[in-house]
Amino acid sequence: MRLCKVCKAKAVIELPQHNTAFCREHFLAYFENQVRRAIQDFRMFTTEDRILVAVSGGKDSLVLWEVLLRLGYRADGLYIDLGIGDYSAASREKAEAFAAARGATLRIVSLKEQYDVTVPELARSLRRPACSGCGLAKRYLFNLEAEKGEYDVLATGHNLDDEAATLFGNVLHWNLEALRRQSPVLEAENGFRRKVKPLIRLTERETAAYAILTGIDYIVEECPHAVGARSHLYKELLNQLELHSPGAKRQFLLGFYERGRAAIEGATERPEVRPCKVCGQPTVAEVCSFCRMMQRVGVDEVRLMTAAGVE
Amino acid sequence: MRVIMRIPEKKEFTFSGPKKVREILRELKMNPEATLVIKGNTLLTLDDVVEDGEEIEVRSAISGG
Ligand code: SF4
Ligand SMILES: [Zn+2]
Ligand SMILES: [Zn+2]
Repeated sequence: MRLCKVCKAKAVIELPQHNTAFCREHFLAYFENQVRRAIQDFRMFTTEDRILVAVSGGKDSLVLWEVLLRLGYRADGLYIDLGIGDYSAASREKAEAFAAARGATLRIVSLKEQYDVTVPELARSLRRPACSGCGLAKRYLFNLEAEKGEYDVLATGHNLDDEAATLFGNVLHWNLEALRRQSPVLEAENGFRRKVKPLIRLTERETAAYAILTGIDYIVEECPHAVGARSHLYKELLNQLELHSPGAKRQFLLGFYERGRAAIEGATERPEVRPCKVCGQPTVAEVCSFCRMMQRVGVDEVRLMTAAGVE
Repeated sequence: MRVIMRIPEKKEFTFSGPKKVREILRELKMNPEATLVIKGNTLLTLDDVVEDGEEIEVRSAISGG
């Protein structure tokens, strides 16, 4: 029987990458400590800052919100209703129930209500994969809502596996611009809010374990569009590697943050950012890619301006 | 014992116990690095033994999108 490294009680989880195992209580302490460390090491925010957490109803974002509240941070949630059938309905319920049980503030934006279009409709009219329009809409609305609510920081639940898979993809294609932008902290600039990823020191398995052990009711079923995603394949490959050499994922990602990024920083040019002519949100083009996408599916300019709070 | 899986699709398996979690994962071809084994409201480690008549859930911790 595996025993907890700290108290020698029966362990509920083993962590081969740290060559250790923990009981429930000490695993939760370890987990929260890793989040605290990421926040401090990368100077993500302080207890003064107002934080907006992007909440999908999945394990990572709910766990992030839970830990931030437990650690005493001022964190509200933002749920974006993408209109993806049963998946959106079920995940929204999870997010709402979580907030209600803790008396936390959850802001909700509905793509359908605000723009009269859903992610599946976007995909159909644009003949593009659902995830490309969806990702664009989420990034845009997250920044917009943070601005409206005057939040200091945007936090997402990206974990070590998410980031390692993204890094793997970026390296595979030597996408230097994406590598430069891949960071646990993106400073506020030119109308973009500060963005942080406090779960980067924790694996997806650890996040799921935290949710189960604290009784967080998250949506286990995946978005129907996630099936066959490239990131799945990368995660599987990295987990194969991890099985044979525990700690490899961590080294790959944290090593990049500590040493790799700095080397790339100077090697890429920063594009010039200015306000979108329609909605005023930051962009490198005349009209931002969100507004262009929405105009292509027939959303008119007035609606885009109104939704963005532009007169 | 009953072994339940919910994702990527709902499945159910029956094994005869007692059996170590490590063995169960091996037979299901699940990578322990990407998997959690849930019993009630707690988790099992690879050395834990599941008896006949018990029910566990094997859940992939990996999500995408
Ligand atoms: S899987 Fe794709 S479509 Fe589904 S929520 Fe994620 S980005 Fe959006
Ligand atoms: Zn302990
Ligand atoms: Zn715009």
